[in-house]
Amino acid sequence: MHTVITLLANDLGPSLKSGLGSIGYGLAAIGPGIGIGMIVGNSVQAMARQPEMSGTVRTTMFLGIAFAEALALIGFVLTFI
Amino acid sequence: MIVASLLPNINELFDWRSLAGGDTLLAFNKTALMAFVSTAICIAIFWTGSRKQALVPTGIQNVAEMGYDMIEENVSVAAMGEEGKGWTPYFATLFFWIFFINIWSIIPGIQFPATARIAIPLILALLSWATFIGVGLIRQGPAYFWNSINPPGVPIALKFLVVPIEFFSKFLMRPFSLAVRLFANMTAGHLILTIFAIMTNELLIVHSSGLYQVIFAPLPFLGLVAFTGFEVLVAVLQAYIFTILTAVYVSESMHAEH
Repeated sequence: MHTVITLLANDLGPSLKSGLGSIGYGLAAIGPGIGIGMIVGNSVQAMARQPEMSGTVRTTMFLGIAFAEALALIGFVLTFI
Repeated sequence: MIVASLLPNINELFDWRSLAGGDTLLAFNKTALMAFVSTAICIAIFWTGSRKQALVPTGIQNVAEMGYDMIEENVSVAAMGEEGKGWTPYFATLFFWIFFINIWSIIPGIQFPATARIAIPLILALLSWATFIGVGLIRQGPAYFWNSINPPGVPIALKFLVVPIEFFSKFLMRPFSLAVRLFANMTAGHLILTIFAIMTNELLIVHSSGLYQVIFAPLPFLGLVAFTGFEVLVAVLQAYIFTILTAVYVSESMHAEH
């Protein structure tokens, strides 16, 4: 699979190569997108159920978002390499 | 496809001509200048804010105290508890410095965050890395390295799997993800703003394939305005996330897990 993609990328020239990079980024964004949605959704639920805990929940939520987001951002950086 | 042909080479957006020091490693360019100006702004705000400490704060002292209190409440105490209060000066410095560098991305005429070059995020991440390892060594001694990669309550057979993973994620992945998170967020924001600005320019001023394009110009312009607002949020959020992750890492190395 990998060699096929490399061959394609070498044959198709630079503009389509960057197109393949964009597709790779799109694939890399699926998982973190779902993950961030689940994190925020559950945090909103937690804050609605226990408003007095919302400060702690918000801090933990941002931490979780940061960890999930890192994967998407690594994909974004690899697009340019 | 059209946008791709309008965009300059991606390096042109991030390379700045050297202002002093030639093309050596010591070249002093726009990003370095922005870092120094941000430092000067931070010093100015907090120095004038704390010079004459009135009991009832007014003006700039109010701003400085509110900023400091916000970091103490939301970062140091939230991540480290009461013993985190002594760490607030470091975290406040980190937060406000990163914020004042990030916010250049929307200042008209400058519109480039110095954190969109890997140098500043990388040095900041290595600083946080050295800090949490140093705190671990001071608080727990050389046993810190083994304690931190050997979580308690894991069966012996699984340790062969868990210890390398923990080592990788704690000592190699943490500085890398800290640096890349800040860098990639600011780079992405800069690219988005550039793309909307180029589209507006093409439709409104250049309109290379006919005048009918002009009526579509408000669409990318509205996108540009909306994403400029979004960039403010990203600048604050990335500074906050960098600071609180550093706080969490430091607080983790203060106490061994039981």
